[in-house]
Amino acid sequence: MSSHHVTIQVNGEEHAREVEARLLLVHFIREELGLTGTHIGCDTTSCGACTVLLDGTPVKSCTVLAVAAGGSRVTTVEGMGNGELHPVQQGFTEKHGLQCGFCTPGMMLTSKALLEANPDPQEDEIRWGISGNLCRCTGYVNIVKAVRRAAEIMKESKENGDG
Amino acid sequence: MAKCRGLGHSVQRKEDARFIRGQGRYIDDIKLPGMLYLDITRSPYAHAKITKIHDETALAVPGVAAVITGKTLEAYNLAWMPTLMSDQQMVLPIDTVKYQAQEVAAVVATSRYAAADGAAALEVDYEPLPVVVDPHAALEPGATRVRDDKDSNHIFHWEHGDREATEAALAASDTVVEQAMHLPRIHVASIETCGCVASWNPVEGHLTLYLTTQAPHAIRTVVALVTAHLGLAEHRIRVISPDIGGGFGGKVPVYPGYVIATAASVVTGKPVKWIEDRSENLQADSFARDYHIKARLGSKGGKITALSLDTIADHGYSDAAANPSKFPAGLYHICTGSYDLSDAHVSVDGVYTNKPPGGIAYRCSFRVTEAVHAIERMVDLLARENGEDPADFRLRNFIRPDQFPYTSVLGWEYDSGDYGAALEKAMDMIGYRDLRAEQTEKRARGELMGIGISSFTEIVGAGPSKTFDILGIKMFDSSEIRIHPTGKAIARFGTKSQGQGHETTYAQIIAEELGIPPEDIQVEEGDTDTAPYGLGTYASRSTPTAGAAAAIASRKIRAKAKKIAAHLLEADEADLEWEQGRFFVKGSPDRGKTIQEIAFAAYTNHPQGLEAGLEATSYYDPPNLTFPFGSYVCAVDIDRGTGQVRIRRFVAVDDCGVRINPMIVEGQIHGGLAMGIAPALFEEISYDPDGNITGGNFVEYLVPTAMETPHWELGETVTPSPHHPIGAKGVGESATVGAPAAVVNAVVDALWHLGVRHMEIPMTPARVWSALNEHGAAATR
Repeated sequence: MSSHHVTIQVNGEEHAREVEARLLLVHFIREELGLTGTHIGCDTTSCGACTVLLDGTPVKSCTVLAVAAGGSRVTTVEGMGNGELHPVQQGFTEKHGLQCGFCTPGMMLTSKALLEANPDPQEDEIRWGISGNLCRCTGYVNIVKAVRRAAEIMKESKENGDG
Repeated sequence: MAKCRGLGHSVQRKEDARFIRGQGRYIDDIKLPGMLYLDITRSPYAHAKITKIHDETALAVPGVAAVITGKTLEAYNLAWMPTLMSDQQMVLPIDTVKYQAQEVAAVVATSRYAAADGAAALEVDYEPLPVVVDPHAALEPGATRVRDDKDSNHIFHWEHGDREATEAALAASDTVVEQAMHLPRIHVASIETCGCVASWNPVEGHLTLYLTTQAPHAIRTVVALVTAHLGLAEHRIRVISPDIGGGFGGKVPVYPGYVIATAASVVTGKPVKWIEDRSENLQADSFARDYHIKARLGSKGGKITALSLDTIADHGYSDAAANPSKFPAGLYHICTGSYDLSDAHVSVDGVYTNKPPGGIAYRCSFRVTEAVHAIERMVDLLARENGEDPADFRLRNFIRPDQFPYTSVLGWEYDSGDYGAALEKAMDMIGYRDLRAEQTEKRARGELMGIGISSFTEIVGAGPSKTFDILGIKMFDSSEIRIHPTGKAIARFGTKSQGQGHETTYAQIIAEELGIPPEDIQVEEGDTDTAPYGLGTYASRSTPTAGAAAAIASRKIRAKAKKIAAHLLEADEADLEWEQGRFFVKGSPDRGKTIQEIAFAAYTNHPQGLEAGLEATSYYDPPNLTFPFGSYVCAVDIDRGTGQVRIRRFVAVDDCGVRINPMIVEGQIHGGLAMGIAPALFEEISYDPDGNITGGNFVEYLVPTAMETPHWELGETVTPSPHHPIGAKGVGESATVGAPAAVVNAVVDALWHLGVRHMEIPMTPARVWSALNEHGAAATR
């Protein structure tokens, strides 16, 4: 198994490692860096529990090789809010957008990217936007409300000149 | 008096603070020093003789530390383990495998990847054997025998009720409908799979087992019983159930991987982690349902008379259901549902086949969904046979409010209900009569639209202990509350949340009873070294049992607090009155002591003759189950060209008694609806004649996304449980139980005029299109 040197910026911090060519990004994040907020829920790239942002784009980190992420910026749930709660995290809390919490980090990162691309998404756009992430607990209703709430918070914060 | 936000407040969840920051601690997040990783080699065959396992092929892989086979385990007498239904199942086989994806051998290695390499490299020689997957065929004479240790494939016959009287009542009925239906195998598919970290300390002879379990205490006792011959005793076993990423019943059983990992930790002297992947989870963990039901329901003069259910239960290769021990078919005999009928008989025959073992719940209280599906389908059919609208027929046949407590012909005492009110509310919300008018118009235009109703009654919250036990352990549950000197509290429970929000709900119950704000109460569960003994969380039992225990323990604390208050106020106890969070002297509301002041005194100034401290424990044995109910009305449109069913409206009126945290209750109903509609339309695990699985991964097993999940509208009625200390009933599973029949009834309703009388689930586009095509109604484009 060939070994490769990679440097990946995760949540603003550079991490350099020697890794096997086959090491998945999700295992790099969880095992090498100990950031266990990124979860693994399937083996077919279906569930989205492992979603992280790779240079701002949501990807399923179980289907990205760590070596392929070399030189990129990765955002995980641990890096969402820069010390404060991100509006998406606030929205999920206020609207009861989570129950067991297992899909939540992936769901929130997908939502964050969705809101960055579309700051005022309607319900059908949200449902489409999160359809790569499975949730077994919430029936998605409150996740949709959470994303709407996050959009409001972001809008308010922009109007107040905070953002 | 500050509001303490007890019952009826949508308090934001205490547990969310860690979950939204990615700081939950799930099983795969646990990493111990020196930990090894375990992976499992599984059988490609549904039935085969193992002629040789070539350990050396796995041991040659760098990083592989050990290969564990059935023979390794046999030396410890651990190659077999008991199931909760007193059957047995292989942990690892000695010489035969009985279903596809069965564990064959395990590889332990220094990394996750090395373990997977080892498991893939492990060569096994098989001789395939004949396979039986159809339970009806398995009962035929001369059928392939699944179990070498049994004489036949027939596991058990269970029946309840009076068969003769039921037959007589059906014969005397003027109308009888008959229908066969299959509720196929499905899987709870919690987004977190199952796993464990087993850590054996050879010096102290102590085992710590981190486990994805809904019932940590019961598991510890079972482990103690099955390992007693190895010198392991219950006080040297600590089971810790960390944060659980969804359970729904799938994390009740003990899976072979847990036992293998434990044995591997003993063999290697190091902690061993086993985390199954999704395919293993769907292919080998306990399935739900797989009931083949023949149902008959009769009426006389429009009044339901008698129900008969004969059922073949496909349990796979072992009866590994998770039922209370006296009930091989769970609470299936709640099947008379919401109706007042005089005769009923129900039978179940369990059968072995070459499929994975199980028969657990899918977010349901022990076969209640199967029961509700049967009765709600049959009532619909019977209504039509009587020429009556299914809503009117139900309203006339419901158990009336004045009949509660109601003893059903099959022996359950329903605690409370008002079924008519729930259905009428649901009909109002959806505009039932208008939808019927619209349907008539659409039918005239050749459009397919249907309206379906399900008026379910659940039975949740086991105990009581006189009836319910698991392997002899009575089904009570517990709460232990300790108030600290500063008036803050810690409360521990025998249950285990898997996302239900116990940390918040339990804190609110205590807040209501003691006046301590929920944020001042730390709730803990899941560690058998610290939490009081309990039977765990499944079958919607946490609020009915442990929630009740929280109220009772709080009241014990209040009783002691009153004595302390009397001492502090120099008043007679009899002269004190309670308002939330405070005792005061009758007639002098200013002379009082808050619970916080009393708590401080309990440690600093307690009266002579009274022990210091302020704490209490309750082991609550419910006097009865609780009987939540509701009525769901669903409107569907069906595409004649594709057979696709679109749920246009879905109204769910639930009555779960007093709602502790309405936000959490509604969240439970949302999730239950998604998981109720999914098996009706999408989810199924099936097998070809050779026992090859379809539906064994997330590409084939269609857990609905936000796009497939329809909209719904919620309504409520409140009929408190008369025996629960705060009037609450379980709610986590109501919607899963009630929803499927509403969707099926709606689809059949849409197709009724074409001659369709029944639809099996899941009602995929292919299946619906076939029904349309068979009745000459499929559109060709």
